[in-house]
This record gives sequence, C-alpha cells and structure tokens, in this order.
Amino acid sequence: MEFLYFLIRRAFWSLLVLFGLSIVIFVIARVMPGDPARMAMGPRASQEQVDELKRKMGLDKPLIEQYQSYIVGLSRGDLGLSFLTKRPVDDDIAETFAATFELVLATIAIAFLVGVPLGVVAAANKDGWVDNLVRLVAILGAVTPSFLLALLLQILAGYVFHVLPTTGRFTPDAPIPPSITGLLTIDTLLRGDLTGFVDALKHLLLPSLALCAATVGQIARITRSSMIDVAKQDYIEAGRAFGVPDWVRVFKYMLRPAFVPPMTILGLEFASLLGNAFVVELVFAWPGMASYGVRSILQKDLNAVMGVVMISGVFFVVANLTIDVLVGFVDPRVRIRGARP
Amino acid sequence: MSADPLLSVRSLSVDFWSYGRPSQVLRDVSLDVPAHRHVALVGESGCGKSVTMRAIMGILSTPPARIASGAILFDGRDLLRLRPRERDALRGTAMSMVFQDPMTSLNPVFTIGDQMGTILKYADRRLGRARGRTERLARVHEVLGQVRMPDPERIARSYPIMLSGGMRQRVLIAMALLSEPRLLIADEPGTALDVTTQAQILKLLRDLVDDRGLALLMITHNLGLVREAADTVYVMYAGAVVEHGPTTELFARPRHPYTRALIDCVPKLSGDATFRGIDGSLPDYAAPPPGCRFAPRCPLAIGACARQPEDKSVGADHHAACWRLEEAA
Amino acid sequence: MSVAAARELPVRVSIAYQNWHRFSRNPTAVIGSVIVIIVVAAALLAPWIAPYPDHVGAMVNFRARHLPPSAQYWFGTDNVGRDIFTRVLFGYRISLLLATVVLGIAVPLGATLGLVAGYFGGWAEIVIMRLTDIALAIPPLVMALAVTAVLTPNLIHAMLAIAALWWTWHTRLIFSITRTLRQQEFVEAAETLGASRFHILFRELLPNCASAILVKTSLDFGFVILIGAALSYLGLGVQPPTPDLGTMVANGADFLPDRWWESLLPGAAILFVALGFNLLGDGLRDLYDVESVR
Repeated sequence: MEFLYFLIRRAFWSLLVLFGLSIVIFVIARVMPGDPARMAMGPRASQEQVDELKRKMGLDKPLIEQYQSYIVGLSRGDLGLSFLTKRPVDDDIAETFAATFELVLATIAIAFLVGVPLGVVAAANKDGWVDNLVRLVAILGAVTPSFLLALLLQILAGYVFHVLPTTGRFTPDAPIPPSITGLLTIDTLLRGDLTGFVDALKHLLLPSLALCAATVGQIARITRSSMIDVAKQDYIEAGRAFGVPDWVRVFKYMLRPAFVPPMTILGLEFASLLGNAFVVELVFAWPGMASYGVRSILQKDLNAVMGVVMISGVFFVVANLTIDVLVGFVDPRVRIRGARP
Repeated sequence: MSADPLLSVRSLSVDFWSYGRPSQVLRDVSLDVPAHRHVALVGESGCGKSVTMRAIMGILSTPPARIASGAILFDGRDLLRLRPRERDALRGTAMSMVFQDPMTSLNPVFTIGDQMGTILKYADRRLGRARGRTERLARVHEVLGQVRMPDPERIARSYPIMLSGGMRQRVLIAMALLSEPRLLIADEPGTALDVTTQAQILKLLRDLVDDRGLALLMITHNLGLVREAADTVYVMYAGAVVEHGPTTELFARPRHPYTRALIDCVPKLSGDATFRGIDGSLPDYAAPPPGCRFAPRCPLAIGACARQPEDKSVGADHHAACWRLEEAA
Repeated sequence: MSVAAARELPVRVSIAYQNWHRFSRNPTAVIGSVIVIIVVAAALLAPWIAPYPDHVGAMVNFRARHLPPSAQYWFGTDNVGRDIFTRVLFGYRISLLLATVVLGIAVPLGATLGLVAGYFGGWAEIVIMRLTDIALAIPPLVMALAVTAVLTPNLIHAMLAIAALWWTWHTRLIFSITRTLRQQEFVEAAETLGASRFHILFRELLPNCASAILVKTSLDFGFVILIGAALSYLGLGVQPPTPDLGTMVANGADFLPDRWWESLLPGAAILFVALGFNLLGDGLRDLYDVESVR
C-alpha cells in the first residue's frame, strides 16, 4: 500500500516537473531574441509574408495568451503546427517516435545484457586483470564521442567488412510491413516474418551499438561496485555459515540486491542517452524523432523543436517512473517503506 | 564429566598475517562444550572470542588468518583434519551459528520463508536427504513455531523489514535450528535488542538446551548475561583463556586478577557507586608481551609473569592461569 | 619491550604529501594527468608550436588538398589543403575554452545552490530541487541544440546553453553531501558560536565538499568537451573557418573511408582529451574514495 502512495507522489511530482518543463521550453522559444517567423521564412521573404505567418501561428498575441493556448494544446496532445511542413507537429512526432523508442529500447537491452555480467565478472575478479580490462572498456565507452563511434562502426561494418547495413531501418525496396507496435523487430516477429525480422535486426544493430557505448560502461561499473558492497554484507556471510553453496550466494543472494543501483543509474543516464540519440540517428539516417528534431533545429522550425524537446522530457520522466516501479518489484524495502533507496 | 564433550577445542593457536608479519590472535585456547550445557565465552572486544567462534565454524578467512596449531574435536573428530567437503557437511547441519545483528544478517530482498527454505534445501543436499518444497515449508513453519513465533505462516511470507528486531533475532535462531543441530554457537545474542527482548531470547535458548539437549556456546562481553544464563564460563583475555569454571563457583570465587577486575567493573546497585575500569588496553598482537599477556595491566604482576602461567586447578572444575593465585584468593 | 621499541616509529608526514604519494602511485591518475598536461600545453602553446599557424584562418592551398599523414603534414591535410595537425592544436584551444567557461559558470552556481538547498532545507530545498529535476529532464545536448538554433550558432551561445543545464548536476551532488553534513556536530557547533550563515556555508560546509567537487569537475571537463564537439559536429557550435574538432570530424566525414585521416584524427583528438580528464577524475575519485553519481 505504501508503495502505491509512493508512486502517486512520484507521479504527482513528475507532472509538476513536466509542467515546469513546458514553461521553460515556452520561455526559451518565445522570449529569446530573434523572430521565429522570420527565421522560418528566411531573409528573402517579405515583411508581409512574415507577418502573415505570425498571425497564422498566433505569434502576435500577448505572451500569456500564447502560453495558455500552448498549455491547453499540450494537454490535448496538440503540439502546434510545424512552420515548415505545416502539418501538426504531433503527427510528425508520432510517426517518428516509434523508431527512436525501438532504438532506445534496444540500446538499454544491450547495455544491461552486456553491462551487468561484465560488472559481476569484474567484481568477482576484483583488482585482477579482468577487472581492469572491464574498467578500461567502460572508460573508453564513456569518452568516445558518439558520432565518432557511429562513423567508425559504419566504416568497419559497412565498408570494410560489408557485413551490416549502414543506414535506415530496413532495406529500401522491401515492403514496409503494416505496423502493430511500431517496433519493426517486434512487428515482424509477431507476424512470423522471419526474413523481415532479421533485416530489421541487422539495421538496428549498429545504431544501438553506437548508442550503448557509454551506458554499458556505466552499468558495468555500478554493478561492480554494488556487488562488492553487497558481498560485504552480514547476510552474505551468514549464508556461508549456513552452508549455502557459493554459486547460490552469488547468483541469488548477491545479484538481486545489487541490481538496484544499476537501474537507478539508468534513470539518470537516460537523459544523455536521448541526447546521444540525436547524433547517432543522424549518422545512421535512422528515421526517428531525434533526427527529425535535428532537422527541425537546423531549419529553425520552432514548434517542431519545442515539440521534440517536450516529448524528450516526457520520455525521460516516464522512463524514470517506470524504473521506480521496477525497483519496487525487486526491493521490498522500497515497496514497503515507500522511499527511494 | 563422564562422556566426552560434544565440542572440544584443544590448544588452538591462530595467527593473523598482515604486511608480512604474524600476530598471534589466539594462543593455546582450550574449551569444552558438552551437550545439555550452556557455555559462555566472555571477554572484552578484541580478545579473540570471534576468532575462536569462526575457527570452530570453519568460516575463518584463511588467507590472512592461519591456524598454527591445535585441534577442534567435534563428536570425536578433529575438524581441522577433515576434508573441506566433510567440514562443509557439518556446517549448518550438526553445528550451527546464530548471528549477532538481526538487522543486517537477513537478506532484505527475500522473504523469510525463501531464505530459510534455501538454507534447508542445501543442508538437505549435504545430508543426502531429499525433501520436496512443501515438506521444506512445513519444516520452516515448524521451526518458527519452536522459537515461539506467533503465526509462523505469515512470518514465512514476510520480508525482514516487516519484522521487529526481536522477531528477526528469533528468525536467526530458527534458521540455525532447521537441520536439528547438536551444537549451537550464539554470537552476542540479543545485544542489538532491548533488555526485555534479550531476556526472552535467552530464555528461549535456555529452554532449547534443557529440552533438546543442545550444546550451546555463547559468545558475549556481557557478564550479567553470563551470570544469569550460563552453566560454565570461560574468561578470555588477549587471545588466551585465563580462567574457566562453573558459573556460580567462578562468580563467587574469581581467582584470576583479570576476572576479578572484570567483575569489579560491573556497576552494582548496592555498595559504593564508583565507576571502575581497568587501566591500559589490549596488547599489540604483533608484538605481545612475553608470558602472561595481562601482566602489563595487572596490579599483581611480578617478574615471574614474563613466563606463561600454567592452568592450575583452584576448585571443582575451576581453573585459572596465573602465578599469583594464592594472593588473589 | 625494549627490543620491540627499537622498531621505527611512524614519521609524521603532511596530508598533502600523503595525498601526492598516493596519487603518484595510482596509474589511472598519473596517465590522466599526463594527458591533460599534454593537451593543455599544446593548446596554450599552439600559436608557437603549430607547424603551419596560418592554416588556422581562411586560406586555401589547393595543391596540398587531401594529403595523407606524412612527415610534412603530420595529420595530413583537409579538403582545402590545410594542415590538420595545426588545426587540431587550435581546436584544443576552443574546446578547453568552452569547457572552462561552462564549468566556471556551472560549478560555482551549482555548488552554491546545492549548499543553500541542503543547509536551509524547507522552501529553498523544494524550489531548488524541483528546478533541478526539471532541468535534468532535458538532455543537455538537446537543450544546447535548441538554444543555439534559436539564437545564432556560435561559441558563446553554445557555452551559455550548456552551462544553463550543467549546474544541475553539481547542485544535486552538493545537496546530498550538505544534507548529510548538516546533521554533524561541527555545524551545530558553529551555529551555537554564532557564526554567520555565510561562514557556515562557505567556510565549514564547502571545504568538506571540495574533494567531490574536484572529482566531478575533472570528469565534467571531458563530458562538456564531448558535448561541445557533438554540437559543432551538427554545425551549431563554432562556425568555420575557426578550427574546431567537431566541425573537422563532420567535414571529413564526407570523405570517409578513403581519406580517413580528415575525420578520424580529429575524432581521436577529441577522444584523447576526454580520456585524459576522465582518467584524471577517476584517479582522483580513487584517491578520495568519493562516491559521486557520475
């Protein structure tokens, strides 16, 4: 029961954060020097055309009114009209969001599937050569610029070895499957389309590898230190005195409590993950929300930019809430006391 | 004592290596724990009682520590000569330990039933016994009932955080009782709890000794506890046993200067209210004084104390190791 | 006992010396410092040690275009014939300048806010920490992209944009440290002695956070440089012809994989400096046994 209250409290604060976020975004967009309509139309357009656009976009109304309509629109899911495409921004984003979501999901999956075992091994081999190797890999992952890694992977896999496709989500001439979840890999599986599945997977692999580099390292290091902390706990030694075999103590008793810090770290890392997605999607021509965002930024499409930033914020907040729920599943102390560990 | 005691530690010496130099943390420690008896091992912090306990259970960290000499006889067999597998077979089954701190000795993310079930499962394996899950759970409930827990089924379903300190301590005892051990080692039972709860725990332990014939070795620094609960006392100082005997006898006629000082330290309700301590501190185990280790702090020390005193009999089953026993009488 | 007394007594050494001693034994810290020193020296001395200092501005040398690394041009030349090594050296100046300014704003701001929130609690805490939560929800890169897009893209705007979000990490860190410290006795002692709030914040609490701040700032140098590079990769940071590492990677990317040196060597330079700061921060963390979030 306490856990429910905890979640409700967290949800409430999250809503507040999102609200604050909308204000911040709005302020940046409207209050900054520069005329958005002019920027969108370019220097060649005449003043009348610019004013016309302004009227159409409601930019000539007082700020408070603008904010009100903005917020009202937000709550209905309306993110305004794109200056460029003249279509609702939320439509644009809805089309592209699934691709980004799939990419991020795959990245997190790899980060955990690779990072946690690495961390466990490093902890078991504390201060040994394996431990130092893991540490080195983690550091390299954190310091390599994502765009550099993306480029390198493209060259190696695409040109040098010709193993994997380097752009897009699927081979250009293959028929686009009707989407169920929007996640190509899941969709193809659900429909039993094995060649499609493999194709989607191949396209997904490189971008997620490029994106996961920093996170894998972080997760590995946090898992390592949390395993070491747990190993020092009395209850682990008690297990030994009761004759519980070592492998049970490690994989059952130590792993479960040690899982919580990596999950919490992931919540924090999520922001930089999203940030790097912007670059990676661009390099791999991945048709996701992030590359849409970059294009909008480069073309100064203000509403689109605001929309993307807002949705990124929502994504972050929802992801953190989800992590809180998952942590609650794993750690009964959180569930019962209702506090974040 | 007609039959051999269940547990018999004989002249155990343990070294602890750090920075390439050994410290002698246990020197010639001998103690006996027979069935149906509550034996207490008393001493101040750092005197080596934990090391003794760990050596008996076989959970001493043997890279830094090293058993230099001696024997630990359990049921006639020397534990130190056993193969690791045979030793493992005994741990948690025939000889069990109750941990000190109920707050940290239970894994917070698993239910009580799960933890106890796991312990039982692997204990059964070591004993070559096959028990299904329902049977194991039944046994868990049974043992929880033995430690006087109300509603064992609910307890088994609970997480440690949902239980009070006293209940958790009982759970720790229950864990130790799962495979019907014959020897129970209790590490400072109830120190983390309030006095009333501690008294209940001790009563529980006493009943287990009396009703089930358990051999109980209690490690503690609390003299009052010893006097209330134990049958036999071993007093330890700086890695050696300085005096041992039946509780009533030892408290009535303490013979070793350290024991007397220790008893003096305990504040009494009657008599004068001065607060006494023992001057000085434990010796450096890496460079201990030759002979009696208490000598530097002993009011009765003489030159002869530079030679290790022998264990002398001072009463019925009552021994003390000191050169100045006549003066201390 | 006299034999035992003949053992040498421990010599009293200063804390500084002890720290130095441990620091120099830590390979990560040493390697990190060496790298950082190299990069900083290269950046500071660039105008004097660069082989072709005039390749920095707007110039073209069409006869020397796309030359691979050689004795004459250590990192090769780019698509208009400029020496890449020289431009990397000057690029380091920009990167370090960016990081210094950003952290110079973000760290004091963040630390002060964290101290205030942690010590005073109550409304200050709620307001500051909620603000931090909001700021954390936006990826720094995204914010920087958005801001530099709205304003004209140049170095200053990039710096301000990153700094505008970066202080939050430090606020969080200092807040959690201060909150634990607040309960300790030395704070109570200072209060009872009538110390001013300013004194307590900056003379009692802050020094205790110093090691954490130092570790985090070292690490941050690397991360800010990476974000700055990503910004300019996308064309939103420093504008040409000023040499910038990210821009060089972007320009050179067109000529991959044949003329790899134009893109990969500047990229490696970014990695090099980020690695240095990361190792340094890591080594310092080992030294102080600090548990920081990132």
